[in-house]
Amino acid sequence: MSVMKRVTMIFRAKANKALDRMEDPRETLDYSYQTQLELLQKVRRGVADVATSRKRLELQLNQLQQNSDKLDRQARDALAAGREDLARDALTRKAGIQTQVTELNQQYTSLQGEEERLTGASQRLQAKVDAFRTKKETIKATYTAAEAQTRINEAFTGISEEMGDVGMAIQRAEDKTEQMKARAGALDELMASGAIDDMVSGPRDDIQAELDRIGASNSVDVELERMKGELGQGGAPRQIEGAGATDGAASETASAGRSEQTQQPRAGDGA
Amino acid sequence: MIVRILGEGQLQVADSAADELASLDAKLEAAVEVSDEDEFKTVLGELLARVRSIGTPVDPGTLEASDLIIPGEDATMAEVHKLLTDEGVIPS
Repeated sequence: MSVMKRVTMIFRAKANKALDRMEDPRETLDYSYQTQLELLQKVRRGVADVATSRKRLELQLNQLQQNSDKLDRQARDALAAGREDLARDALTRKAGIQTQVTELNQQYTSLQGEEERLTGASQRLQAKVDAFRTKKETIKATYTAAEAQTRINEAFTGISEEMGDVGMAIQRAEDKTEQMKARAGALDELMASGAIDDMVSGPRDDIQAELDRIGASNSVDVELERMKGELGQGGAPRQIEGAGATDGAASETASAGRSEQTQQPRAGDGA
Repeated sequence: MIVRILGEGQLQVADSAADELASLDAKLEAAVEVSDEDEFKTVLGELLARVRSIGTPVDPGTLEASDLIIPGEDATMAEVHKLLTDEGVIPS
């Protein structure tokens, strides 16, 4: 038998089963309405849950993007400093982060779709519940139990189908947000433990440390040049050594002079 | 007639379209029988596109049961199978 007809029959059967359980149809109208309101609450909670998951994903995406941008900057800095090896390292890590970003983006889109679907479901159900309430009051006020039966059946079947549909949508969204929560939780833990940071830039951000070291030695060079300029001297290391020797001649202890002498050439070498 | 697309709502579709939809539905059924997921997706997509293009949305405040119900866009064959065997996919 056709798929459409079978699906339709399943929904009908569900509604009929519920109708059969009713003894005084008029009394059960209120009970059914109550169930509808509960489902409405549930679908609204579902929308809120999906939105929360989506926002959490958004935060994680931002964080990963920042990390990726940072690695990009580091790669540029490294290249500017002539360190292609470091730049390569940074870009490799950036690629790893980008893979995560792509995956999360797909999930984000899927959650957005779920949120839209559920919002639509909530609005449609709201409209049907409102219609049911009106109909329920009319039926209760106007008809005897026997007369009411057919009308109640119609109203009930109409809303039961919507409720089944919405119920499925909620279930679906719940499954999806559960998966997403588990994943997001795992990612949060990774981020908190620093493992993602490690992935971004190594345990102690070794790329940045190396860049800082290059930067620092550059600034030492600059400072040395500036000092040389101030002193109006060309060969700084020799002059310092000379100064050390003078101090040594006038000094009380030879060891102090020696230690100065051994330190200063090293500083000169580094320059 | 009223056609419901699960997850989307109800549409009013001209009765004259019944044959056309039935033939697409038969293709869908055939895909389910041989467990051809790709074909299932393709035919379901066609069926939904057709219903959306010829149908007009029903006022959601109408308490009318649908004449036909079609699985939603991203339904998988497994989900439809579960639905057909009524393994509790429709919450009571």
